[in-house]
Amino acid sequence: MSAPQMLNVQINGEWKQFPKGTRVIEACAQAGSYIPRYCYHPKLTSPGNCRMCLIEMGMPKMGPDRKPELGPDGRPVINWIPRPQISCAQDVAEGMGIRTDSPMAQECRRGVMEFLLINHPLDCPICDQAGECKLQEFSVEYGNGGSRFLEHKVKKPKKVAVGPRVTLDAERCVLCSRCIRFMKEVPQDDVLGFVDRGSYSTIAAHPNRQLDSNYSLNTVDICPVGALTSTDFRFKMRVWFLKETKSFCTSCATGCNTVIGSRQEVVYRQTPRENNEVNSVWMCDYGRLNFHYLHSERRLSRPAVKGEAAAWPAAIAKAAAELRSVPANEVAIIASGSMTNEELWLTKKLASVLNITLHDIVPHIEKGDDLLLSADRNPNTAGAKLLGVSSSKLAEIAQGVESGRIRVLLVLGEDAAGISLAKLKSLVTVGLLPSAATEKASVFLPSAGFAEKRGSMINVKGRLQRLNQAIQPPGEARDDWEILRDLIQAVSGANGVYAIEEVFRQMAEATPALAGLSLSKIGDLGVQLKLE
Amino acid sequence: MAYTVPRPKLTFREKLYLPAVAAGLAITIKHLKNMLLGRTKVVMQYPEEKWDSHMPPHYRGAPTLVRDDDRERCVACQLCEFICPPRAIKITPGEIPSASKSEKVEKFPLEFDIDMIRCIYCGLCEEVCPEQAIFLRKDYAITGLSRAEMVHNKKKLYELGGTMHGLVNKWNEKK
Repeated sequence: MSAPQMLNVQINGEWKQFPKGTRVIEACAQAGSYIPRYCYHPKLTSPGNCRMCLIEMGMPKMGPDRKPELGPDGRPVINWIPRPQISCAQDVAEGMGIRTDSPMAQECRRGVMEFLLINHPLDCPICDQAGECKLQEFSVEYGNGGSRFLEHKVKKPKKVAVGPRVTLDAERCVLCSRCIRFMKEVPQDDVLGFVDRGSYSTIAAHPNRQLDSNYSLNTVDICPVGALTSTDFRFKMRVWFLKETKSFCTSCATGCNTVIGSRQEVVYRQTPRENNEVNSVWMCDYGRLNFHYLHSERRLSRPAVKGEAAAWPAAIAKAAAELRSVPANEVAIIASGSMTNEELWLTKKLASVLNITLHDIVPHIEKGDDLLLSADRNPNTAGAKLLGVSSSKLAEIAQGVESGRIRVLLVLGEDAAGISLAKLKSLVTVGLLPSAATEKASVFLPSAGFAEKRGSMINVKGRLQRLNQAIQPPGEARDDWEILRDLIQAVSGANGVYAIEEVFRQMAEATPALAGLSLSKIGDLGVQLKLE
Repeated sequence: MAYTVPRPKLTFREKLYLPAVAAGLAITIKHLKNMLLGRTKVVMQYPEEKWDSHMPPHYRGAPTLVRDDDRERCVACQLCEFICPPRAIKITPGEIPSASKSEKVEKFPLEFDIDMIRCIYCGLCEEVCPEQAIFLRKDYAITGLSRAEMVHNKKKLYELGGTMHGLVNKWNEKK
């Protein structure tokens, strides 16, 4: 592919070069003058209906020979168009002139803002969008202190459940149509549209339909105002309190990049983060809302020996004793595809220290779609394969446990996977929530959820991504890698490692695909691995 | 680097110091005279005598919540929680059920706690409140026998704050 043709464009008096096909609004942003916008979204089509991005534009003055006339600086002389243009639906052209902050452009924005605010309710104190609302931000820059509108404001429906997860407040809507275009263009479920005309124009779902797509909450993210809000997040916490932790979603093998919003050790929401290699700027509702189990009342946060609460050292010692109580060929490990690479590597190490050969992960295959949701609901199947923990021996393990040949079982972050555990001598489980396995466990060790730990995983496309810790594990629960480290220490007596960076370093040294990497080198957008 | 503080150049009169001493004594004698004539009071017998009648209108006492005629004014926007310098305020927001008379307001504080051990009576919560729901009243003697007692919950805050009329009209059906 040849390099794209570069075009000379004058922005606010300075000549710059942009590749052919760049939108004026993007070119201006790259040149350092951000143009306010409501309807324009870089990942959607441009209808140009909000009129907020008006600018002053000009084209080179042409001589009789159809060649641009050059000024004293050797650059084309620009003929300015007397009326403003929208910058979101216009590509740059050779010799184009743009003024983003001229008196006319500013006057236009002030006019558009005044119209948008005429009927806007004074809802900000109760609006979930407050703090990340474009209307708030631009009214600081281009709004008036008070309204000149003396008539009664237009009343529209409020608190409408437009879908099972999305609440609509039509009075707040600026009719930018981002949500309509998103539903039409990305999940291709054209369920939203404008109804009624003129002052009473409103967003609505198609009759007998709901905004029930698995991608519906992305409309909440792209809504520039508080018209569409998440029913789950509604009135839970003001956005300015949320600590933002860059992480990724662990609900399926896609690994959509996310920002976890938490405050005082509580996760309140997950929002997608742009990564064009993985999820663009979207994520599915299933993954987005799949964090409430972290704060479930059923969450187990104390280690237990035979159902009785125990202290950590005693529980670890008991678990180690159980694992060594029978010959190695009578012990099996069921690991999980939602464990991080570091945990899987330590699992493999534990297995080799004890000479355990029977270990596998539990596959979770459900229905996926062709957008983001992967059929493989294990976020780190690729990691388990790379580090040699998955081995397609699960059937053998199940058969061994049920026949009584395997007498000790270690279950890490999984349920019993439908295996009858009656004939086991002892069962050691590590996990978050009570299950059939934790109820029968001789030793239970509480571990950390995806927002409570650091670590790395490999997604379905072989991209190594990093989890960051947003909150602390509850109660006495501990990071999984520390539990595995302590188990290895207890069964082998060898010295352990004390930082997760060190675990990654050891793993990278032993694994060719990870050579030269470290947790910090993974970065926020991940690293593409070359897997065979 | 050493820095030499410049000394002021004193006049002869200033170098004597005696005129300044005399001026100071004159002030002292003026206060003594006022006291002997009963014009000023030096000691107030607190708590038998109270400050209350002397309190200026802008006095900042305990923060309280106020109720409007038919609804609570606070909409749990949490701006006071955000602005509070010692982080004394803790709000748990809730949603007003659809059947309620003030359904249009949508949001209310499920819980509203002000830790009066932490409160520094700065008045920023009153200043920041967009709903005119929190006011610093004139209560200054906030005491308690335990830490828990010093946390004013929603009930206590409304008790101290009472009811106000008017001022906030935006939640009316017509506005």
